[in-house]
This record gives sequence, structure tokens and C-alpha cells, in this order.
Amino acid sequence: MSVLVYTESENGKFKKSAFEVASYAKSVADQLGTSAVAISFSADENNSLGAYGISKVLSVSNDQLNSFNAEAYAKAIAEAVEREGADVVVFSSSSNSKYTAPLLAAKLKAGYVPNVVESPSSTAPFTVKRTAFSNKGFAHTEISTAKKIVGVSNNSFGIIENSADITVEDFAPALSDGDFAVQSVEVDKVAGKVSIADAEIVVSGGRGLKGPENWGMVEELAEVLGAATACSKPVSDMGWRPHSEHVGQTGKPVASNLYIAIGISGAIQHLAGVSASKTKVVINNDPEAPFFKAADYGIVGDAFEVVPQLIEKLREFKAQNA
Amino acid sequence: MKILVCISNVPDTTSKINFTEGDTQFDTNGVQFVINPNDEFGLTRAMWFKEKQGATVHIATVGDASVEPTMRKALAIGADEGIRINAVPTDGFFVAEQLAHVIKEGAYDLIIAGRESIDYNGGMVPGILAGLLGMNFVNTCIGLEVEGDTATALREIDGGKEKVTAQLPLVIGGQKGLVEESDLKIPNMRGIMMARKKALNVVEPIGATTATADKKFEKPEPKGAVKLTESVDELVELLHTEAKVI
Repeated sequence: MSVLVYTESENGKFKKSAFEVASYAKSVADQLGTSAVAISFSADENNSLGAYGISKVLSVSNDQLNSFNAEAYAKAIAEAVEREGADVVVFSSSSNSKYTAPLLAAKLKAGYVPNVVESPSSTAPFTVKRTAFSNKGFAHTEISTAKKIVGVSNNSFGIIENSADITVEDFAPALSDGDFAVQSVEVDKVAGKVSIADAEIVVSGGRGLKGPENWGMVEELAEVLGAATACSKPVSDMGWRPHSEHVGQTGKPVASNLYIAIGISGAIQHLAGVSASKTKVVINNDPEAPFFKAADYGIVGDAFEVVPQLIEKLREFKAQNA
Repeated sequence: MKILVCISNVPDTTSKINFTEGDTQFDTNGVQFVINPNDEFGLTRAMWFKEKQGATVHIATVGDASVEPTMRKALAIGADEGIRINAVPTDGFFVAEQLAHVIKEGAYDLIIAGRESIDYNGGMVPGILAGLLGMNFVNTCIGLEVEGDTATALREIDGGKEKVTAQLPLVIGGQKGLVEESDLKIPNMRGIMMARKKALNVVEPIGATTATADKKFEKPEPKGAVKLTESVDELVELLHTEAKVI
């Protein structure tokens, strides 16, 4: 018996979410009186997972698996589950995790619960709390299958240091050509920019910014904060910003620590997609904008005056607190 | 090409969410149900394949008789016929098993389901379905072309997009981008009249395992009032000392 966690990396470097899911796996393992084992693909510093309570890493270094392939990853993880006798498998909420976990669920005949926000409230029956109804509710969900898969909502559990003695083992899963039937042709990714899914802070702009030419200050604010940039649905529909920045119910979900909405009125579909963020700041010149009701902090004012002031103030703050 | 679009019947996005029977059931009272938005993008793309490439388009929904108005709407948009699997959709694994059974019988080339439903947000039906059927699977799909037996798909990834190719039969987890919002069709009167005559076959569920069960629901804690600040200095101070996010 053990808890297996899929720790994601990019260009060899673990993502921040890998440390969060490792922390989560350790917490579940403690509850079950067992150990937490990680599986990594082409990761450089496997030992770093020891700081979060992982006692063993199955390190896959297979050229075919350097880039993500959902079916092949699911097959490799299934083999790791078998080898370790794992009863619980932990994923993050990244798009790769949400792609792989259901395929694994079919292979293991396992119940899968995504968007989980807390460690299990009980392990027998195995019960977890998750978001539902686009963040308008929570469900306490019981998993009744022998194998269980949990997807942890990003930035919900946090990273918990918990030093453990760690061993790293090479792991070479048995794969066949059929596992690579979905072939990647090209990847189009903006280099050096933090993605919305990985970001701790997201800066988002809406129609109130009047046109794509005014996005310079949004980018600048994001840069000062080390944040990802996002936009509301009308903005992506009008082509001011790329679709990949659209956040909301039919766009990308946001679960950042800080979400700053500039010139976004706060349609219910937008709020559904971003309300999992912990702290929400709204800058809008309309005091009646519905977003103020869902926000933690707000400034009623003209974005074209407030945002440049905010950038300047944050630069000072960063300089003092560096 | 024979396409099956899996349709989920979900509360309209503006619905008030409440729970009943000791917070164990979703309260459907006064709730308007619609085609799940992620499924509607897929359905509309399927219509494109019907018009341009002569595909036939079937729809399938797991649900009791109350889901039929939503299915009729999908038929009015242009699907050829529907299959209703007569069971309450209790969890994603269950739904995928029911759909897999129907798909095996129907010999479909392309199965399009939404990336996730906007009610339970499980996001697992397309993937489990593909896994159970042993079919290729592309998730978070924002573009799809089919030529002969080969599909070329664009999928959204964190921070960008990826182009992939795969052979049919194929399962798609679709979303906005498969078509644009402006391409979505409101059924016209002729479509609505024709939909009444289209076959909507009811089949009984197969014995399937329930892997998960929602035991209790709760609503988020009511939010405190927004703190409005006069200056950016005050805002930065609060974000640092109170919210502790910078």
C-alpha cells in the first residue's frame, strides 16, 4: 500500500504544483499510515521532492516521454501503481493532469474526483471535499472503488515542508507504439511567460480598457507582480487578446492567490471561472459593477489613472521588500 | 463519417445554486436546463461536418425523461437522431460506461463530448469513455479537421496550444474554439418542427458500477463586503499585511 503522486515538470524543472501535490500525497499517506511515492518524467532534481515528504521517486527518463503524451503517461502511471501497490493516485489540476487522470481511471477502474480542496475528511469511507457548480458550491464526495484518484485544485492545499529520506529509482515502463497513436505535430507556447494555470497572481483586463492598444499597462502590471495575463470573454471574442487568455466558465479556470480584474464588470459566467481565486481586487469606474460584490478589495476609478499609479507603487514596494 | 455528440443536460449558467433534502440533492426548483456549453460547441462543429462532409450526427444523453427538451433542442439545431439512456447520471464513471455501451453498438467514427459539464465539473467522461473503448483521445480540443481516417486537432495546453494528429475512431473533449460563440445556432421554427419527428430512442442502462457518490453539498461561506480603498498606497498595504498575497 502507498500513495502515488504524479509530479509534473517542464524542461526538467518541477512545476510549483508538483510540490503542492507532493505535500497533499504526504498528508494522505500519513492518514493511511503509509508512504508517499512520486513518479516524474525527465525531471532533473528528483531529490528536491524529499522536502515535501516524498520517500521514493520513480524517475522515468525515456526520450519518447520527454514531451507529454496522455495515453503513454497514463500507461506508465498505471504500471507504477501496480509496482508500488498504490491505492491512491494524486494529480494536480493542470491541463495535462486533467487529460491523463480519466485515462488512468479507465485503466484502473478507479473512481476519480477532481478539483479537491482539502485532504480527505475520512479515509474509510474515503471522502474528499471538492468544488462543484462552477465554484458556486462544494460537494463531499465518497470514492468507493479499490483504487482512488484525486485531482487537487491548484493553490488550495498549499506547499507544506515535511522533510523525508528520499530514494530515487530509475523506472522504465513498458510502452508500445500504440501508446503514441495521438502524435504531437507542433507546440505553440509563449516562452518565458507564466501560464494562467501555474500563476500565483493573475492580472485580467476587460472591455473597460477600450481596445487592444491599451494592454501595455496590463502587461506591465503583470510583469511587476510576476503574474500571468488574462482577459474576459468579450475581449477574446473581439480578438483584442488571444483565446488562450480568456478566463471564465467557458474559458480557462483561475485559482490564483490574487486575481486583479481591470475594467471587467463581472458577468456571472466570468465570476464562475475566477471565484476560486483567494483574493480578488477589482478596479472599475462603475461603482455598480457586479464584480464589486464578489471582490475582496476594490478601487472605484478610471483604470487609465489607477493602473499606472499601482504599477509605480508596486515598483517601490518591490524595491523596499526585495 | 458517423458522429456521436454526447450531450449533458445542465442548469443554465445564471441559475441560483441551492441544495435540498438536508443538502444531499441539487435543488432543481425554478432552474432552467440547457445543453452544456462545452457540448454545444462540439455539436455545432458536428453540424459543420454534416454540411461540408456529409457526416451523420447522432446525440446521446444519460438521463431520465426530464432531459428530453434539451435533447429536442439539439435535434432542432440539426442532429439526425437521439439516444436517451434512461438512468439518472450519478457519476462520471457510470455515465462513461453507459455511453461506451451505446457507442460499441453504434460503430461511430468520431465521438465529441464537452471537456467538462458546468454542473459537476468532473471533466472525466470523454477520457474514461476513450479509455474504456480503447479509442484515441484528444482533450481540451479547440480545432478539428478530418480527412479520410485522419483527424488533425488543435488542443489548448497551459500557456499555449498544441497541434496533434490521430486516426479515427477518436474521442474529443471539446470546448469553445471548436467553433466560435458567434457560430452557435438558435434553432429556427423549421428546425423545431422537424425535431419533433426525429427519432429519440430510449434504451435501458446496463448494470454499471458507481465509483463515486456525492454525500453532501454545501455553499461557500457568504462573502464579506468589499473593502474599497481610496488610494493605491492603501491597496498595496492591505494586499501585503492583510491578504498577505504580495
